[in-house]
Amino acid sequence: MALPSYATPAQKLWHYIYIAICSLVLFFLVMPLLVVIPISFTSSPFLQFTPEMLRLDPEAFSLRWYRLMMGDCSDPGITTVCSDNWKIGAKNSLFVGLAATALATTLGILAALGLSRPVMPGRKLIMALMISPLIVPLIITASGLFFFFARFNLVATYPGLIMAHTILGLPFVVITVTATLVGFDHNLTKAAASLGGGVLRNFFKIQMPLILPGVISGALFAFITSFDEIVIVLFVGGPDQITLPRQMWSGVRQEISPTILSVATILVILSICLLTVVELLRRRNERIRGIRPT
Amino acid sequence: MTHNQSALEVSDLYKRFGDVEVLKGVTMDAGVGDVISLLGASGSGKSTFLRCINLLETPDRGTVTVHGETIEMTIGKSGQPEPADMAQVIRLRARLGMVFQSFNLWQHMTVLENVTEALVQVLNMSKSAAYEKACSTLEKVGMFDRKDYYPAHISGGQQQRAAIARALAMDPDVLLFDEPTSALDPELVGEVLKVMRTLADEGRTMIVVTHEIGFARDVSDQVIFLHEGAIESQGTPHQMFNEPESERFRQFLSNALH
Repeated sequence: MALPSYATPAQKLWHYIYIAICSLVLFFLVMPLLVVIPISFTSSPFLQFTPEMLRLDPEAFSLRWYRLMMGDCSDPGITTVCSDNWKIGAKNSLFVGLAATALATTLGILAALGLSRPVMPGRKLIMALMISPLIVPLIITASGLFFFFARFNLVATYPGLIMAHTILGLPFVVITVTATLVGFDHNLTKAAASLGGGVLRNFFKIQMPLILPGVISGALFAFITSFDEIVIVLFVGGPDQITLPRQMWSGVRQEISPTILSVATILVILSICLLTVVELLRRRNERIRGIRPT
Repeated sequence: MTHNQSALEVSDLYKRFGDVEVLKGVTMDAGVGDVISLLGASGSGKSTFLRCINLLETPDRGTVTVHGETIEMTIGKSGQPEPADMAQVIRLRARLGMVFQSFNLWQHMTVLENVTEALVQVLNMSKSAAYEKACSTLEKVGMFDRKDYYPAHISGGQQQRAAIARALAMDPDVLLFDEPTSALDPELVGEVLKVMRTLADEGRTMIVVTHEIGFARDVSDQVIFLHEGAIESQGTPHQMFNEPESERFRQFLSNALH
């Protein structure tokens, strides 16, 4: 989107107007997140911008809701329920998220490899089935999973929840890895075979490092999907599987406390950091190897 | 030069892709130290023939024998022939080095890592021994000072020389070249041909599919001309180029040497 040096004044004007329009749209999309962050620093127990805050009175800002979130119940001014719930929720979310991501990534890579073979009977049908969790409304998936898992006593268990989140995360991995495999030069595996490499060794040493950007993107989406997920947790999870979104859900319904905003702020910052780090790594990778994205 | 030992014997190779029969019974005998050039128009089956030798393509009929060891074939589940013992194929592939037209260097590894990879993984050399071998091979092809570069950052000629080093470091019995200079700019062709001539002078057994008629004439011990999947004529360079008997070969030469 760079402006060429031979652009006419009219083209330059349009270029800047275009940037302004895009910025406005992006700001509109991001604003709800941005609003949450300042309110999380409020010292009043209500979710609002108090007049003191708008005057930028330092008394109006405090970190008490962040302390509450960490389980620090020493603040005398707090009238809401104080417990370890947020920490437990965060731990559970991480556990379920990482497990579901690991499973989804492994299965997704295998599926993508199979679906990218030159001869694959039923490819379109299988692909459609794999991607269906993205298209089918989540509530249908959730209720279907609930009734199915109930037969096998998997409801309100960690394995059941992890499997359910794996199903949700799988389409992301399959899509990104299939896309990367399209641009993969299969001659490189032939070269490895010509030097006497076995099939498994060729895959892990030659193919895997080259499709890693796609795998990482897919894994990241799968993780964020699981971390963010509330509907499946409500249906398939039980009172022992309190994840972070589940805790936010009960927080919103049962207590009106800005603690939820501090959790939200932390999640936003975490997501931004994660995405930035991965993107920087990916770009560095591409720069070193000269691989152009297809 | 007398060659009592046979390095590579290919007998009666047939290969079809769907309806098209690409190889119709090609036989070739390479003694140790022989340089054999395969010439032919595109579609005549030269590259397919080369790929059948190290079983990157599976021939429908015919056998390949490397230093007296024949690759055993059986009929697979789908009715198509396949290698009986994949371990044998993998082992023999390590003794046949292949250099590809599009270099096929692994993009995520430096030149040095490309060369040491097979040494460490297939020949089970220690990392230091592999490093020594790789450095000396890279020096021989003139790529030592670029050993830490990634393939994306070196020229085509340099990439192909690195690819030759990668195949050479394995100390193969036979080197297979699949149109090694066809993808290169004319100025870079010379440096690759120079390396290949050095290898030929050393006494390496080389099977070269090429369009470089000059190289075929000057360096080969035997020239084979393929036409539509069968050997049209073959002989020493003197016989083929100075006294061409085949009309088709004369036609091919006049097209190629415009």
